[in-house]
Amino acid sequence: MLQLSWVKIVMLPEQRLLNQNTSNSANNSSALDANQLASLQQSVADYSSLQLAWASGYLAARSEQGQYAQLAPAPAAAVVAKTLTILYASQTGNAKGVAGQLEKSAKAAGINVVLKNIADYKAKAIKNETHLIIVASTNGEGEPPDDAIEFHEFLLGKKAPKLPNLSYSVLALGDSSYEFFCKTGQDFDERLQALGAKQVSPRVDCDVDYDSDSESWTLSIVETLKDELTQADAPLATVSNIGGLPTAGAASQYSKQNPLSAEFSLSQKITGRDSAKDVRHIEIDLGESGLTYQVGDALGVWFENDEQLVSKLLIELNFSGDEKINLKVSGEVKEFSLKEALISQLEITQTAPSFVEFWAQASKDSTLVTVASDKNSAREFAGEHQIIDVVSLAKAEIDAQSFVDALRKITPRLYSIASAQAEVEEEVHLTVGIVSYEANGDTRTGGASGFLAERLEEGQKVRVFVEHNDNFRLPQSDDTPVIMIGPGTGVAPFRAFMQEREARDAGGDNWMFFGDQTFTQDFLYQTEWQNYLKSGLLTRMDVAFSRDQAEKIYVQDRLKEQAAEVFSWLERGAHLYICGDANRMAKDVHQTLVDIIQEHGKLTAEQAEDYLKSLRSNKRYQKDVY
Amino acid sequence: MSNNFTKVENPVLIVEGKQADNERMKAESDFLRGTIVDDLADRMTGGFTSDNSQLIRTHGMYQQDDRDIRAERQKQKLEPLHNVMLRARLPGGIINPTQWLAIDKFADDYTSYGSIRLTTRQTFQFHGVLKPNIKLMHQTLNSIGLDSIATAGDVNRNVLCTSNPVESELHQEAYEWATKLSEHLLPKTRAYAEIWLDEERVETTEGEVVEPILGSNYLPRKFKTTVVIPPNNDIDVHANDLNFVAISEDGELIGFNVLVGGGLAMTHGDNATYPRCADDFGFIPKEHTLAIAEAVVTTQRDWGNRVNRKNAKTKYTLDRVGVDTFKAEVERRAGINFSDSRPYEFTTRGDSFGWVAGIDGKHHLTLFIENGRILDSLRADLDGKTLKTGMREIAKIHQGDFRLTANQNLIVAGVAEADKAAIEQLARDHGLLNDGVSKQRKNSMACVAFPTCPLAMAEAERYLPGLVDDVENILAKNGLKDESIILRVTGCPNGCGRAMLAEIGLIGKGPGKYNMYLGSDVAGSRVPKLYKENVDEAGVLSEIDALTARWSAERTAGEGFGDFVIRVGIVEQVIVSFRDFHHA
Repeated sequence: MLQLSWVKIVMLPEQRLLNQNTSNSANNSSALDANQLASLQQSVADYSSLQLAWASGYLAARSEQGQYAQLAPAPAAAVVAKTLTILYASQTGNAKGVAGQLEKSAKAAGINVVLKNIADYKAKAIKNETHLIIVASTNGEGEPPDDAIEFHEFLLGKKAPKLPNLSYSVLALGDSSYEFFCKTGQDFDERLQALGAKQVSPRVDCDVDYDSDSESWTLSIVETLKDELTQADAPLATVSNIGGLPTAGAASQYSKQNPLSAEFSLSQKITGRDSAKDVRHIEIDLGESGLTYQVGDALGVWFENDEQLVSKLLIELNFSGDEKINLKVSGEVKEFSLKEALISQLEITQTAPSFVEFWAQASKDSTLVTVASDKNSAREFAGEHQIIDVVSLAKAEIDAQSFVDALRKITPRLYSIASAQAEVEEEVHLTVGIVSYEANGDTRTGGASGFLAERLEEGQKVRVFVEHNDNFRLPQSDDTPVIMIGPGTGVAPFRAFMQEREARDAGGDNWMFFGDQTFTQDFLYQTEWQNYLKSGLLTRMDVAFSRDQAEKIYVQDRLKEQAAEVFSWLERGAHLYICGDANRMAKDVHQTLVDIIQEHGKLTAEQAEDYLKSLRSNKRYQKDVY
Repeated sequence: MSNNFTKVENPVLIVEGKQADNERMKAESDFLRGTIVDDLADRMTGGFTSDNSQLIRTHGMYQQDDRDIRAERQKQKLEPLHNVMLRARLPGGIINPTQWLAIDKFADDYTSYGSIRLTTRQTFQFHGVLKPNIKLMHQTLNSIGLDSIATAGDVNRNVLCTSNPVESELHQEAYEWATKLSEHLLPKTRAYAEIWLDEERVETTEGEVVEPILGSNYLPRKFKTTVVIPPNNDIDVHANDLNFVAISEDGELIGFNVLVGGGLAMTHGDNATYPRCADDFGFIPKEHTLAIAEAVVTTQRDWGNRVNRKNAKTKYTLDRVGVDTFKAEVERRAGINFSDSRPYEFTTRGDSFGWVAGIDGKHHLTLFIENGRILDSLRADLDGKTLKTGMREIAKIHQGDFRLTANQNLIVAGVAEADKAAIEQLARDHGLLNDGVSKQRKNSMACVAFPTCPLAMAEAERYLPGLVDDVENILAKNGLKDESIILRVTGCPNGCGRAMLAEIGLIGKGPGKYNMYLGSDVAGSRVPKLYKENVDEAGVLSEIDALTARWSAERTAGEGFGDFVIRVGIVEQVIVSFRDFHHA
């Protein structure tokens, strides 16, 4: 096998960074020859660390436009080595992260690995695989993430081949507070088994706090496959992970496990004083960290629970808080005081259905037992009750360690980034809706949103990391029109889009759909949108305010009103983006789009669905929904 | 009666130069339509574009916003809380109970302040109506026979008429003239009906003159008309461009003395602007009323200054061309000559509170409404008065009508003897009738100002109640418990609160700062003169304390405060405004 080591850098004609005719000669230590290298070094000599990081992301992004082909000669297939193919089906980036970890560990063990986004994988090729790992997340109602829809359809459909020679394993990611927990992973697992494939390691269903589960699964996979896959005299692994690399901040040392401690620099309420909602515009200063992001990315935010809430919970449970308990943190067992653990290590503002079952059993409370006996009711109940509201329903005799063991580990919350670095440089902006409601005569707030809005003060530190999302990117071409549908806090990434398109001087048309409860109180970033319209960057904007009139009006109603125009934008190549509520809005908008395409494209409903499917596979229909 | 110079040699009849931008706006407006309809459909903003925000004034609305939260909303990345204030057209201030119930409900359902504001223009205003509810507002008014055409902007505004319920027949006739004047001078464009009432546009035929009186560019500036029945000058003739002073013989109206060229608006720091009293042109028999009104309006239309809006009102035209020239032109245009003025006298400006019996045997109850604000308040400082509910309850049983006064008060008029007790009980139950209100409070007045008026530089309506408390105490302390001073506060020098006809007039200069003017009189026959500039609230009180202490000690028998400050030379008397008002 031809060894080829190369960096993913492509031609930048306008900058004349690289020499055109040397693309095939670079095969020693660099894809660049000496001249190219010198030229590159010269060009970037006066770049700041931020600019360097940005440039690396920029170049990487360019390479994914398919232009790398002119630089990188295709690896010649020489030895048929057994290869471990890892596919990830990610919506928010978690599955991709786990798949990346597995890739790293497997490579370290000398295994030949191909890592791919499932969207970029030709489903029919599965019959040629010998070893396949799928890491798949599941969307809210059990449907596969956008990237996996086609693969899912193929594999579960009639045309799927028998797979007697395939060894596989599935890691499923999900959220047990949803009814169809880990459904996509389960679908893949059951179907692969039915097609005759052999499970090398049992499927693992991971909940929101998946870190330790995914780590042990990764170890077990590598352990199991190491001998089998390294027997062949395979040389060092070829990394063919096009499409799998993060596209900006590639070299970032910060991650979920190793977050950046950044300065919380501004928290500004952006709903009016009479709004039913409290939505904050938050600015975080990344300083000299070099942490970079692209528009479309999300920011992971670690938080601590409210100490007052923890104190109330301790009183409710009759614990002092000084009880010593053990927790596994990053694979190691550590000792904490109960209070400390409840503040910084454990989830107490979101309740897993399993905790409802646990408390039902521990308390033997008949109401709770009834609730817990049905999966749906347990899930619904968990969604409406924080831990303190569950335990205050009925007393139970338990020790601190059992209580702790029944809780989930705290997990960071992801927020769609509302800024572009081209505009805000070392800052990152978020649009955070504060979750707040009354329960048991008390105000309950969301764990992370309460932390950001009420407990964290400007100037204090917050632990953050960037979660890349290649499934939510502006079109490659600045001339491509975009339609953005982002009601409520779903507006966030589109603010970033506008900043980016303005900085790039992009000529493509931009059409924004926004909605919320009331015009006077809830028009998020109103003055900015007005200015974008005035400057002409924003071509048009349609808004829907559900509570300003007797009948409810939503963004999908505005889409319907503009159906002919929406379809004409799609026909001239517009990219379509949806951000916001997954359960209702995204579905209603999708159905409206189907109707529009059916009517104005004079298609059947099925053809209209296919139309959208092809938009999706061409990355022209992207969603960031939650 | 004229205190102004009458003759100007070689007068400049038409001011040449680049016309003010409002003239372009009016010319391009397609007879007050502009692109208002497009703005109504624009969901991105609660406001109107610049030209349209001017044009809607001619339809009776001002674009405003809640200034208290303007800065807060800017931080919230929200535009100012745009809304409109609507001023209804209510010639002579008469409104019936059915109409009242409808406006009461609209104020509850669709205004952010939930109030009905009675104004010095003898009408009511809605404050805080959001754009999506504007059409509904006009349609609601239309359904009860009301509109708001031309209550603002460069047109003839709501026509005032003395609220004189006692001489009912005279008042009825004067009121009818006020209504006829209002109708006669209204814009004839169909813009209002098309935009707000969804009426079809009827194309004009070639050669048809759309606005025979107002002209295609309307008037150079706002124009105000009154009908007044002496001896009560409640409508303040000198605040108005055109006044018809009722002259009667044996209780019967025979005609009017016509007073032209009053006006109070000025601009801080611009000595070419000043408040000015009206000139008496002479007497006309009543049948010539409309012809004379039309001639005055068209003369001002043609000779008014369209280059400098700050010098565009009738009062400046008169001073530029001379009273004689203007009057001769009016006579020429009307084909009528003025005869000598008939004698008349103004002795009061205030309303007569409480019950009075008219010559027709009906009873009339005048209610003092502080600041004209009819609102149910839970504020402790207003004793939890439920003025709005009270008015609604009265409207439900009242058989007569309501009359809004130019002093921002309200008369329950035409009550039969048998209904008096029930109405009085309701008025007392809801705080509308309160024997404890001092004479000083009844003689005090303020414009709206903050938080809604975009022009306000200082507080007025929200400042007045506490100020009056303090002034009451000062008067008592200085041995003047039974006296009062005509005290008026306005947030800016544009004149809505008529401070330029007060014995003590405070005009907002900046937050908490007022220019203090002294020296009008009880009947409002002259404008006051600047006494101190930029006085803060504490300074206002110490000045009033010192001045009234001196008044108490040095006054002649029955001498009013305004007369006193001139007699002893605290301020000079303003006789000819453009000569004396700014004279140091």
